This record gives sequence, C-alpha cells and structure tokens, in this order.
Amino acid sequence: MSSSSPAIETHHLSKSFGDKIAVRDLSLCVERGEVFGFLGPNGAGKTTSVKMLLDLVQVSSGSGTLLGEPLGDPATRARIGFLPEHFRFHDWLTAVEFLHLHADLYRMSAEQKNLRTGELLELVGLLPHSQKKLREFSKGMLQRIGLAQALLNQPELVILDEPTSGLDPVGRRLVRDIIRDLRQQGTTVFLNSHLLSEVEITCDRVAFIKHGEVIRTSSLQGLLEGELSVDVRVRNLTESAFEGLKQWSISQRRDGDHLSLTLSGEADLPAVNRYLVQQGADVYALRPQHVSLEELFIEIVGTDGGL
Amino acid sequence: MSALVIASLTFREAARRRILLAALILGLMFLVVYALGFHYISRDIEKELSTMGLLQLNEMRNFMLMAGMYVVNFLTVMMTVLTSVDTLSGEILSGTIHTLVSKPIRRWEIVFGKWLGFVGMLTLYLLMMGGGVMGYIYLRSGYSAPNPWSALALMWLNSLVLLSVSLLGGTRLSTLANGVMVFGLYGVAFIGGWIEQIGSFAGNLSAGQTTVNIGILTSLVMPSEALWKRAAHELQSPLVAALGFSPFAAGSYPSLAMIIYSVLFMMTAVGLAVRLFSQRDL
Repeated sequence: MSSSSPAIETHHLSKSFGDKIAVRDLSLCVERGEVFGFLGPNGAGKTTSVKMLLDLVQVSSGSGTLLGEPLGDPATRARIGFLPEHFRFHDWLTAVEFLHLHADLYRMSAEQKNLRTGELLELVGLLPHSQKKLREFSKGMLQRIGLAQALLNQPELVILDEPTSGLDPVGRRLVRDIIRDLRQQGTTVFLNSHLLSEVEITCDRVAFIKHGEVIRTSSLQGLLEGELSVDVRVRNLTESAFEGLKQWSISQRRDGDHLSLTLSGEADLPAVNRYLVQQGADVYALRPQHVSLEELFIEIVGTDGGL
Repeated sequence: MSALVIASLTFREAARRRILLAALILGLMFLVVYALGFHYISRDIEKELSTMGLLQLNEMRNFMLMAGMYVVNFLTVMMTVLTSVDTLSGEILSGTIHTLVSKPIRRWEIVFGKWLGFVGMLTLYLLMMGGGVMGYIYLRSGYSAPNPWSALALMWLNSLVLLSVSLLGGTRLSTLANGVMVFGLYGVAFIGGWIEQIGSFAGNLSAGQTTVNIGILTSLVMPSEALWKRAAHELQSPLVAALGFSPFAAGSYPSLAMIIYSVLFMMTAVGLAVRLFSQRDL
C-alpha cells in the first residue's frame, strides 16, 4: 500500500456485454482526499464503471488500481465504502442488525461494531429507528442506512452511486454535510450522480462520460470559471466601439441597447467596463451570467442524453 | 471467517422469514397425524397378536416406518429446493448481493456460507422429522429399524446433493428456471429409479437389463433417488430385503461406489457454483 498513490487510477478500462460496449477506454485518476464527480446521462456507463472498480463486473480489457492495489483485491475492499445505486438490503433485519452484519464482514471487533453503529445511526438521523426492520423504512431512510453501512469502516475511499436520488431536501443536505466532513477528514469521495446541483456544491473535480467514454475531465472551478456570458445594457454605443469589444469577447451580439458577450473569463470584466466608458457609452448594467454545471453538462455531453 | 457470517445470515433469514416456523408447525402436524395413524393401526394389529407372530408384527411396523420415512424424504427434498432455489438468483436480481460482494469477502465465502447455513437448517429439519418418525415408533412399540443412523445420513446426503445443485443453478439461472431445473432433474432421477425397480422384476430378460441401465444412468445424472433407495435399504427389515421387493425400495440397492459418487457429485456441484459465481458479472 502506498498512501501517495492515487485513490483511483484506471488505464483504458473497457467492458463489453456481448456486442454492446458499456465502457470504452476509461482512463481516470482520482487523487487522495478529493471529491470527484462522475457525470453522464443515463446509460452512459457510469454504474458499470463503478462496478468494474469494485470487481462486481469483470473488466474486459485495461487495468487499474484502488488505493494503490490492483482492482479486484479483496483486502483493499476493507478500506473502501460503497453505496450502490439500487440499494436493496436484507429487509428483514433491523437497522442495528444490518449495520452489525456489515461490521462483521469488515471483521470489526464487538466494541468497534457497537461504537460505530451508534455513531453512524446518529449521523444519518436514524437513531430513533434503530430497532425498526428495514422493510418498514422509506426510500430515503434506506438510503440513509445504506450511507451508514458505507462509512462503517472509516474508509479511505467512499464510492457513492447516486447517493441523493431518493432523498428529500433535508436528506440531500445531510449527504452534502457528510461529504464535506469526509473531505475534511481526508477521505476520497467518488460521487456518481446525475443531480448536477449536488455535484456543483460538493465536488472538486468532475469527469464527463458519454457512450462509455470519458469525454472531459476537469476541476469544477476551472470549468465554471471558464467562458463567461455577460449581459450589458448600454446606450450611445457606436458601431466601431461595439466592434472594438472583440479584443475581449469570444462572441458578441447586439439587440438595441442590449449586448450579449461571451468573455474568456471573469478577469476581463473590468477592462470591458472601462472600455465602454472610455468610448463614451452610458453603461446601465453589466451582469456576468455564471454558467451552471447543468449548462456545461449539456454543452459537453449534448442534448441527446447520450442515447 | 466471513463464510460463517454468511452462514449465520442464511440461517437467521430462514428463521426470520418464518420458514423455520412454518416447517416446524407443518412438521409437527405431520408427526401428530403419523403418530395417530401408527397408534390406531398398531392397536388393532396388537389385538391380533395371539394369531400373529412377532415377526409379522415387526414387518407391519417396518412397513409403517418405511412409509413415514418415504414422506420425510420427500418433504426434506421439497424443503431443500424451495428454501435454497432463490438464495443466489434472488439476491443477484434484487441487487442485495452488491453490498455483500463489495465488502472484504471472497465470492467463494458467500456461496460456501450460504451452503453451510442451509446445511444447518436442513440437518435440524431432517433430525426433527426422521427422528420424530423413528423415535415415536420406538417409544410406542420398541421397534427400531436395522440401521437408522445410516439411513438418516443417506437422506441427509440426498438433501445436500439437491442443495448443491440448487446453489449451482442459482449462480446463472433465474429463480424460476432454477426451480424447474432442480425439480426436473429430481423427477428424472425419480422416474429412472422406478423404471429400474419395475424392470428388475424382468429378471434376466433384455428389457430388465435395459431398465436397470436407465436407472443407473439417471442416478449418475442426479443421484438423489439412488441415495433414497440405499437409505430405504438400510431401513427395511431383513425379511423384505430377502424377498427383494417393497413399495419403498428396489430389490437391488445402490452400492458404496454410488454413495462415494454422490459425495463427489455434491462437491463438484459446490465447486462449480463457486467458480461460476466468482466469474459472473453482478
């Protein structure tokens, strides 16, 4: 084990089911301690990729490591937590029994088991329901208990497959808080989600996957701080002054007093403002439009949903 | 050992889902009905004791015991297949298996753990049912089958063979297809055994030899009926054995080689189940 090795590293991982290629040439590097978002439309191969990482499905070609160890190493799984997308548990168990079962699989001592079970039930807000059978749980409660089992072993790497899909706003906030705490503790989080607003709040870096292929990987800050749309309301702007904006704008459009500019970054805003004033224009408003991750997602992945 | 955690989970699941409770209640019902029947029949027969020798009396008791154990064997087969047929395929289909497999556990431990859990459950069931039938007869009349423990061990092996085949099918087939497969194989072995039994009366005729060969062949495909025949042989009275015919056992009984084959068959089925489950995508 090497703590300096990436949490997840894959080289050209591929998975085929017969003629259908589910994942093609997946090369990723997720550093220790980062919260990494894995984004893509339905059917893009996200869940299959996660399953390959966890040895739930066999890799057709390529290689990879988790926490510095080759994929499929059972001992490494003692250092990983996983919440599956379609969480189905042994619903005849109570919440406490369920966590004890998984603690036993992690080979935790009785003392550790009891301690962690109590801590986690409190963390996910299920302490009052600890003796309830899982079959009596709502979808949100099941997701919470699933999250608790993923954190039982104080993992170095947590893989969460759609962790907020069944949760109400309070539950989502809880997951966000847990992810934030995990990041502060230095735990790596691999977040597979299509809820982009959640990813935007929680992730450090993201990868976009489409048709089983990673089409872009970037830091979230880099993505969101890239091109900037700016709405400008201005009067007395000459045509030559409008043309002069091209020194900053990537694209520009004029509709009466309204200008729509696309700048290469936020840093150009003061210069544009100064230029307009120097050209004698009356600037009434200059509003940068922050590009949401959703807009970027559609721009990168396309509107066909990857289908 | 994680296999023991899975074994305990499997056993507890049977208890919590009231499978054990249902088996216990219905098993007790069977034993009560059986005991009542044996009691009243024995009472009538014992009245005739003056005209009937002890040998004849014990033959009647043995017949009743064989009838009871025949049903116990059948119920154990049903219990084995119906409880285990869904255990792997159901968890694979529902995705329950994902949280288990992603833990530091090897896949063989999951298969072996489930196998162990069912073995524990079926052992208790067989001891309760078989022990109940033979125990009651002993307490009521003092009669004991010639080799009761050997018979129970063979019936137990029969149950384990079916369990192993059921687990093997569950690694690749849906629950329904697996149930059809296991019961189908059991049916083939069952009819093969009867063909062999009826054909054995043909003596040296070529049809007789052919039917015996069919019986042997079906026993190789699924040794369940052969194991029951051997168990019945261990239970039947020396007189019936000498006469060579009973509704519950064939004149010729499977050899030790067939028992060894059955053990190997079971081990191969478990080994294949582990292999196929380890290789499959979940």
